[in-house]
Amino acid sequence: MSGALVVARHAVRESLRRRVFVVVLLLSVVFLALYTWGASELFDEVDAFDGNEFDVQPDTLAGATVLGLAMFAILFLGAVLATFLTLGAVRGDAERGLLQPLIVRPVGRVAYLGGRLLAAATVSAVYVVVLFAACVVVTGVLGWWPDRVVGPALALAGAAVVIAALSLLGSAVLSTTANGIAVFMVFGAGLTAGLLGQIGESLDAKTLDRIADVGSWVLPFEALYQHGLSLLTADVEGPTAAIVNLGPFGGAQEAPLALWPYAVAYVAAVAALAAWSFSRRDL
Amino acid sequence: MVLEARGLIKRYGSGVVALDGVDLEVGEGELVGLLGPNGAGKSTLVKICCGLVRPSAGSATVVGAPAGSPAARAALGYLAELFRFPGWAAADEVLELHQRLSGSDGGERERGELLELVGLADARGRSVETMSKGMQQRLGLAQALIGRPALLLLDEPTSALDPVGRRLVREVLLELKRRGQSVLLNSHLLSEVELVCDRVLIINRGGVVTRGRPDELARPRGVEVETAGGTRLFEGAGREDAPRIVSELVAAGESVYEVRVLRSTLEDVYVQAVSE
Ligand SMILES: Nc1ncnc2c1ncn2[C@@H]1O[C@H](COP(=O)(O)OP(=O)(O)OP(=O)(O)O)[C@@H](O)[C@H]1O
Ligand SMILES: [Mg+2]
Repeated sequence: MSGALVVARHAVRESLRRRVFVVVLLLSVVFLALYTWGASELFDEVDAFDGNEFDVQPDTLAGATVLGLAMFAILFLGAVLATFLTLGAVRGDAERGLLQPLIVRPVGRVAYLGGRLLAAATVSAVYVVVLFAACVVVTGVLGWWPDRVVGPALALAGAAVVIAALSLLGSAVLSTTANGIAVFMVFGAGLTAGLLGQIGESLDAKTLDRIADVGSWVLPFEALYQHGLSLLTADVEGPTAAIVNLGPFGGAQEAPLALWPYAVAYVAAVAALAAWSFSRRDL
Repeated sequence: MVLEARGLIKRYGSGVVALDGVDLEVGEGELVGLLGPNGAGKSTLVKICCGLVRPSAGSATVVGAPAGSPAARAALGYLAELFRFPGWAAADEVLELHQRLSGSDGGERERGELLELVGLADARGRSVETMSKGMQQRLGLAQALIGRPALLLLDEPTSALDPVGRRLVREVLLELKRRGQSVLLNSHLLSEVELVCDRVLIINRGGVVTRGRPDELARPRGVEVETAGGTRLFEGAGREDAPRIVSELVAAGESVYEVRVLRSTLEDVYVQAVSE
């Protein structure tokens, strides 16, 4: 275990030194600034609807929509970071000759993978949680606090960890560029499945629903994200809930309780598969 | 035996047979040279010994543990033929990382001594990306020496070094031998191998074609004598035969101007072995 920690420390240090975090931080600051601006405009706009005859709470509508959008952006940024930290962990580093000196040490291959996953998962999970917290505070100060905060934050963190694990598995099988493309196709496939599910729900189309269901089990980062999204407005009721559910980012479904244990098992299985594939590879 | 390999066969996925039944032993404190043309299988053999490549058949053990097992990896230091350290890391940081990975408690003192040993004492805080290729190779050697491993697997450790650097590596190798550490050395520099190695293996197309001590391999080839009647070659004769040959020639009335004992060099042995 201590071997994995040494590797994880080294991986985090590497991303610090290579200024990955400076870029990420800059992007995040730009994102937050845009978010604050956009959200405050939106809250200003919906103030006009206050006290409307349909009994819709405009602040809830605005807040849920805009925070839902923010979650989407945070998921994307988290995915970029998680992918970046794991993209070439096995084959890429082996091709560059960085890997061999490390894994001939007693730590070995499994601990190396464990360390890389630990580093990427921790860094990207912390990143999405911090960014989400910042967005929640901005939204709250502007006029709406979500019904749940911890659940969506954990769901986002979980989604980032799932993506890190998938990208690590990809790195054991594919070259760096191919893996980068593959991870983003997988990411896109997950989002598409989620979107199909929402369309299916609103049109009551069973086939679309089923495709989405399968998609969210195969790629549980999508299910986690949808789950987190639904928790934002868990307690909203009445006409407001109906309208929130019509929005493209508000129509998420709360997942069954099995989602969390499933996600943990999924990450473990993906990591095990990566370790198996890595252990058979000639370097 | 510090390193023992039996019947190693390696077929790569592409169908290339890189090793075709190789036996190898390296005893304690022994320095064994591995020679052979490009593509002969030298690096493959070393990679099997450190667990980077899985043999298709046969087995290898390092200090009695199966090659690739944690116990085997803990006992060796490896310098790869093509390797890189992270460009952002300073020389000292690279060594520190490897100390942590290998569980060495040598601390700053060990790092300083190793950098001194490979002639990088002044480059301690320099980042790898600002180092020349040869400096990086020196750092690679220092890295391999961390924790005083029982066995060193060095794959062409001098390929990027200047002549002084090569001499320095020779001295390091002899020092390792004095300390009782064993070395398996891959090299294309025959003179280097001849100067330091206790035993030499020449492999070609995945098989061992010649093995022995360098001085045994470099057998006498004959005695050449210049007389008034021209140059005469006594094939197969050695140094010990020279006085007899000269006295016989003199007794026969010849004038002897020069006597040379001809030895085949390791190079001759090598060229012959790999062209068969
Ligand atoms: N990963 C690999 N996949 C397929 N074939 C390989 C691989 N690595 C080496 N080979 C092949 O195996 C054979 C032996 O290669 P190896 O690197 O062991 O040779 P070498 O003796 O170290 O050569 P050199 O002196 O050039 O370093 C070569 O034919 C090479 O093409
Ligand atoms: Mg080689």
